[in-house]
Amino acid sequence: MLEARELEATRGSATLFRGIGFALRPGALLRVTGANGSGKTSLLRVLCGLAAPSAGEVRWNGTDVRALREDYWKQLAYVGHANALKDELTAAENLEIACALAGLDAAPARVQAAIARFGLAGRERLPVKLLSQGQRRRAALARLALSEALPLWILDEPFSALDADAVERVQSAAGEHLARGGMIVLTTHQEARIEARSATDINLGDGRTEARPSH
Amino acid sequence: MLAALRTVIRRDLLLAMRNKSDAANTLLFFVIVSSLFPLGVGPEPALLRTIAPGVVWVAALLASMLALARLFAADYADGTLEQLALAPQPLAAFVAAKILAHWLVSGLPLVLIAPLLGLQFDLSGTALLTLMASLLIGTPVLSLLGAVGAALTLGLRASGVLVPLIVLPLTVPVLVFGAGAVEAASSGLGAQAHLSLLGAFLLISAALSPWAAAVGIRIALE
Repeated sequence: MLEARELEATRGSATLFRGIGFALRPGALLRVTGANGSGKTSLLRVLCGLAAPSAGEVRWNGTDVRALREDYWKQLAYVGHANALKDELTAAENLEIACALAGLDAAPARVQAAIARFGLAGRERLPVKLLSQGQRRRAALARLALSEALPLWILDEPFSALDADAVERVQSAAGEHLARGGMIVLTTHQEARIEARSATDINLGDGRTEARPSH
Repeated sequence: MLAALRTVIRRDLLLAMRNKSDAANTLLFFVIVSSLFPLGVGPEPALLRTIAPGVVWVAALLASMLALARLFAADYADGTLEQLALAPQPLAAFVAAKILAHWLVSGLPLVLIAPLLGLQFDLSGTALLTLMASLLIGTPVLSLLGAVGAALTLGLRASGVLVPLIVLPLTVPVLVFGAGAVEAASSGLGAQAHLSLLGAFLLISAALSPWAAAVGIRIALE
């Protein structure tokens, strides 16, 4: 279970958000919304343990994530704003490397299936620099298809640059993850249609948390 | 954990293979800078022999500074560094793997080509061998120290200039004992003591600098 208590983040002297708290249980989805510059990415980086909050704490199964470190990170899949792809390598090579670093099984058949699942079949042998922006995002997100063993997914704007077809694919992968008891935190501007037992929205603009009826 | 480290080394070597110009630039810089001296100071064998160790070592030092700015910058820009920082293995281990890969691409070629450059300075056989040995032990120290500087300047605008400014003063002992080893060998004193000291620098920096660089990277990512 992922819990946040009284989180506050500042940039320079300005407060981005304060008093953010929630508890995310298995099978639950948390959607972080807010205007540009409201601190969505900062919140996700705090939840990942990459950045320290200026107040409050994030707990994973009851322990502060800044103390758990590697024990927390081995349960976490984070897709950031940057795609973390190497331009000179192919999508398949990028995926294999990402999985090997995260300690996931990257058998060629699984990598192939993940690439096909995100609609990049036929392009897996091209260097990533020859792919379009949307295709690169797909290649970055294809990692999720290999991350079913990681309980917590934290996704920063997963739908940016994606077309309707790719959005559909990401949503179905996310829905499956929640159905098997995974947890997802994501930021997005668009309405995400993800099947979830429980879904919560946090708006960083007004700091309000509201439970949403699941779709 | 070893599998993950092997992956990082293999990935960085693969990237270097696909993008050969980076490694080639370092090597060419080394060759050109050290070849300018015989042309500049004139063909006086005794003088050339005297300045050779210092010139080759300073050129190696500058060439390795050239490669350092790229050590973490690309991974930082494309988000890979974040993923390494969130991996189940300690970041310091990945940093050590990256330094090793970086040395294989930018340091080892300098060691291998150095005897050829030494010939321009009329160095004897023993002096050439000692030059290679001192570079073999010394250039990894440069990569290790440089990694700390590269990590500390990550994300700064002037990092290309800052890295040498931070790192070069720290490399003075390596330069003194590296060039000193060659001088000692050519004057018949034996380079044992100098090389042992270089070895000690290598061990200390290998033990400490991956940790220091990892801390620098975490600060840059925050």
